[in-house]
Amino acid sequence: MNVLVYLVPLALGLGLAGLFGFLWALRSGQYSDVEGAALRILSDDDVENKS
Amino acid sequence: MSAAIDLSLYAKPDDDGRLSMDLAVEGVTCGACIGRIEGAVKQLPGIAEARLNYTNRRLHVVWSDGAVEPARIVEALEASGYHGHPFVPLRAEQEEAAEARRLTRCLGVAGFAAMNIMLLSVSVWSGNASDMTSETRDFFHWASALIALPAAAYAGRPFFQSAWHALKARSTNMDVPISIGVILALAMSLFETAHHAREAYFDSAIMLLFFLLTGRALEHAMRRRTRAVAGNLAALKADTAHRFAGEEVVTVPVAALRAGDRLMVKPGERVPADGTIAGGRSEVDESLITGETGRRRVAPGDTVYAGSFNYDGALTLTVTVAGGASLIDEIEKLLEKAAGAKTHAMRLADRASRIYAPVVHAAAALTCIGWLAAGASWHDAIVTAIAVLIITCPCALALAIPAVQVVASGALFRANVILNAGDAIERLAEADTIIFDKTGTLTLPEPRVVNPERVDSDLLQMAARLAMSTRHPLANAVAREAVARVPYEGAVEEPGRGVRAIVDGVEARAGSAEFCGAPQLAALPGLSHIYFVHGARSAAIAVTQSLRPDAAETIARLRALGLDLRILSGDRPEAVRPVAAALGIDKWGAALKPGDKIGLIEDLQRQGRKVLMVGDGLNDAPSLAAAHVSLSPISAADLTQAQADAVFLGERLAPVAEAVIVARRARALMSENLWLAVVYNAVAVPVAIAGLATPLIAALAMSGSSLLVTLNALRAKRGGAA
Repeated sequence: MNVLVYLVPLALGLGLAGLFGFLWALRSGQYSDVEGAALRILSDDDVENKS
Repeated sequence: MSAAIDLSLYAKPDDDGRLSMDLAVEGVTCGACIGRIEGAVKQLPGIAEARLNYTNRRLHVVWSDGAVEPARIVEALEASGYHGHPFVPLRAEQEEAAEARRLTRCLGVAGFAAMNIMLLSVSVWSGNASDMTSETRDFFHWASALIALPAAAYAGRPFFQSAWHALKARSTNMDVPISIGVILALAMSLFETAHHAREAYFDSAIMLLFFLLTGRALEHAMRRRTRAVAGNLAALKADTAHRFAGEEVVTVPVAALRAGDRLMVKPGERVPADGTIAGGRSEVDESLITGETGRRRVAPGDTVYAGSFNYDGALTLTVTVAGGASLIDEIEKLLEKAAGAKTHAMRLADRASRIYAPVVHAAAALTCIGWLAAGASWHDAIVTAIAVLIITCPCALALAIPAVQVVASGALFRANVILNAGDAIERLAEADTIIFDKTGTLTLPEPRVVNPERVDSDLLQMAARLAMSTRHPLANAVAREAVARVPYEGAVEEPGRGVRAIVDGVEARAGSAEFCGAPQLAALPGLSHIYFVHGARSAAIAVTQSLRPDAAETIARLRALGLDLRILSGDRPEAVRPVAAALGIDKWGAALKPGDKIGLIEDLQRQGRKVLMVGDGLNDAPSLAAAHVSLSPISAADLTQAQADAVFLGERLAPVAEAVIVARRARALMSENLWLAVVYNAVAVPVAIAGLATPLIAALAMSGSSLLVTLNALRAKRGGAA
């Protein structure tokens, strides 16, 4: 059972990393326009016009 | 637009010496619009940032000071086919955005903690069933405590604070039993852990917080979304005014007007602010204010109200504060009275929680006493009593109503109804009597041609194209009939008389009878007419306020729903009678003052009726406030719209029926959900009282019931039209 001594903190650390990731995303406004983000990826304005 | 608008009011300086502005953008329909809008604005010189928020249709622009006039941004949008309306974000909206971020952070923390504790708890449950040593179990419990206590302290704040405020005010709310339950569960678990017990309830306490926060965040998100839409609509409606700056006339947003400003009001425009006339004579249509369709002659010294329609002549106006005007004063006095007298309808959730808390606390106390009487130890009796509190904690109850509200407000949104008040859905569902205002509510706010079939169609088309060259409101009605929306070249307007142009080599005139030289044409009684001559041919085109296109159909639908329908109008009886007859409504009243309307509504409510008032005029504002629930069309006066519980968009009346149908279904689902919560408790509470509620059972019961009510709420989504 000694394995728990580092497995539990490891699991906790991973969870905390996820939590901080979420809080960072929230603060940087990633959730302020969820519909727009889905549509922006479809726009080709970064591609040179080939026609 | 010839003169550029002075929009400096909306430009906000930021820290880096740059200016920023927010615009509500109209006409955003697809993903491609994002690129087009941002591209159009970024082409302007000095633009640092232009970002469209597609979710709420708002554009945020940042530019360096002096590089570009704000009005140029609006023009650039206009040139690419979109209408941008600058606005100042409301304070309330910003506060709600901050609150939403706080709730989401709490939700994130609670979710993280719930997942990790559950990981440990599942290990303990399976370990308890097999061969876990008590040292390992204690280690897992302490690890859970390490996560649960800080997480609860952080994520539980919204509940603890609200409960504390309620207790300080010597009252109670839903958050009091929630806070007691969570704190007791954590305290007991900590005590048990310290005494090497087999079971701890850390997971239950945190999961409870997670579900409750979900409910609260949902409710908040709904409020924010409707608030954003309402903010955009207000920006879309915001008018401009022509203000004299010395001898020059500058176009400014109405929000920039101050008392004492001198304004010019052109024919065919709405009066932008209350004021007294300093120069000019005209006729004004005050139907938006009094509900009366007749026009009033005004001369220097007279008072005119914001929202009146100026017909014939240009007016010079001195802006006054609303306080001086007797009509507005009277309406505000009535409003205050009506709002004060309104019995606050108790919300379903509050009623449920008022019964809930005492019952649950009594059950827990009785459990404790019962087990003591049966000879159990103090420790066991208290642990069982706390288990009762945990298992009855109102996850399902707290989700039961917000989940339905969110789904129903989405359905209303698709039906073009936008809620102002969160509990409007419940009150809408209770309505059994609908009182309609006539002008602007049952009828369209703008006049329409009534006899298109009686006029030769080529003649009507000619008149319509000619009428496009003027802003006269009656002519606008005629212009709307045009199929080819092309005005004639070289059309000349003679103010107050009409328009003329050469069409097919012959002069055509549209306007008053004298101007057209055609007084011999038969006029329809009681209607306004636009006369039209083209060579030897002539026509009289009758224009009047016409019913909304689907009014009769919607009235029939509402009647089929069992609602009692009435019309109360401020207009003359001879104008109300034909409308009532056309719709088959036999209970109607005309020439009513705002005070009379309130009196009639209060009479009805005294008889125990729940009145839904639908109105748009300033004169309706007190009635809207007095009624149980109220709706107003988007074209309504600002003050009126602020009183309404919901606003409907578009030319059709159908949203009124949709709103009632969706609200009724939502209300049925809410009580269904509450009953589900009751049934759940009826099963779970005896189990807990019997002392069988292990943490595993509590976890299953809580998540199961929460899922059930959420899934049930989704049924409110089905459209109202089906």
